[in-house]
Amino acid sequence: MSSSASTQPVVHPAGTARLLWTVLATVAVLTLLAYLVAFDQGAVSRSGTYLHELMHDGRHLLGVPCH
Amino acid sequence: MPLTTTAPPFFAVLVRGLLAGLVAGLLAGTFAYVAGEPRVEAAIAIEEAATHAEPAAGAHDHEDALVSRSGQRGGLFLATGLFGAAMGGLLATAYVLLSRRRRSYDDGRSGLSLAGAALLGAVIVPFLKYPANPPAVGDPATINQRTVTYLLMVVLGLVAVWAGSLGYRSVGAQAPAWQRAAAAVGGFLLVAAVSYVVMPSFQEVPANFPAALLWDFRLASLGTQVVLWTGIGLLFAALMHREWRRRSGTDALRST
Ligand SMILES: [Zn+2]
Repeated sequence: MSSSASTQPVVHPAGTARLLWTVLATVAVLTLLAYLVAFDQGAVSRSGTYLHELMHDGRHLLGVPCH
Repeated sequence: MPLTTTAPPFFAVLVRGLLAGLVAGLLAGTFAYVAGEPRVEAAIAIEEAATHAEPAAGAHDHEDALVSRSGQRGGLFLATGLFGAAMGGLLATAYVLLSRRRRSYDDGRSGLSLAGAALLGAVIVPFLKYPANPPAVGDPATINQRTVTYLLMVVLGLVAVWAGSLGYRSVGAQAPAWQRAAAAVGGFLLVAAVSYVVMPSFQEVPANFPAALLWDFRLASLGTQVVLWTGIGLLFAALMHREWRRRSGTDALRST
């Protein structure tokens, strides 16, 4: 099943809960970052619409609805 | 032959995902700058002409001088770089979760499949339903509905890819390849087609907006995302391969 490039599993059950929280926190932070780029209109970043306007062209060209 | 390499810690994988995403984002920004910016400029010129013709209808906020046009062109790289880093980090997280579920870490190659899945599910499927719009296209009154339905379509696209992989695995490995492929395509198309039909459509392209400009802009936008996800997949797999090699040692690699 495992290919030549696979390693044997090294999964520590004790570390699973800690990893779960780390993963959840990471996903939350990265989702927030993507939100700030793609959708924020100053409500979260508290920068008015400065960041929104600065990244305006990126939003259009990444295909996100802008206005 | 089982290797004794230990799995890389989560943060080692995450850092590589973030780095791959940042570099891929800057590459995508370069593509967007060259292929897309002339179209954005042309669309803004049309928008401004329309605003001056009938000021009451022109409620767009592009002209407020908060950020100049050259600032927005530079901000393009900030946007794609940060967005790329976020997507690379999410890809790295998905890679770790997938590897743990399979109880086997590979040298990064499953990162390629994940990037392909993301490109198909989170970009191409939503794009076919809600293609990117340049400035001057889109009714500001529906921006909230369009944002929500777009995000929903991203989720549905990812569900469609997941349904495809379920279909693939539901057919036994002994079955001929075409049957597994047909099951994968069937699962994907079923979810994608139902989503496409059920989700609301928005037809908000002004009648006098040049069709060729719209097409060129949309192609540039899709190309930006293709560069982004291709870059994330290849760079992440390359970085993980290097890390895997470093961990397993070149001797173990030679013996396989
Ligand atoms: Zn806009």
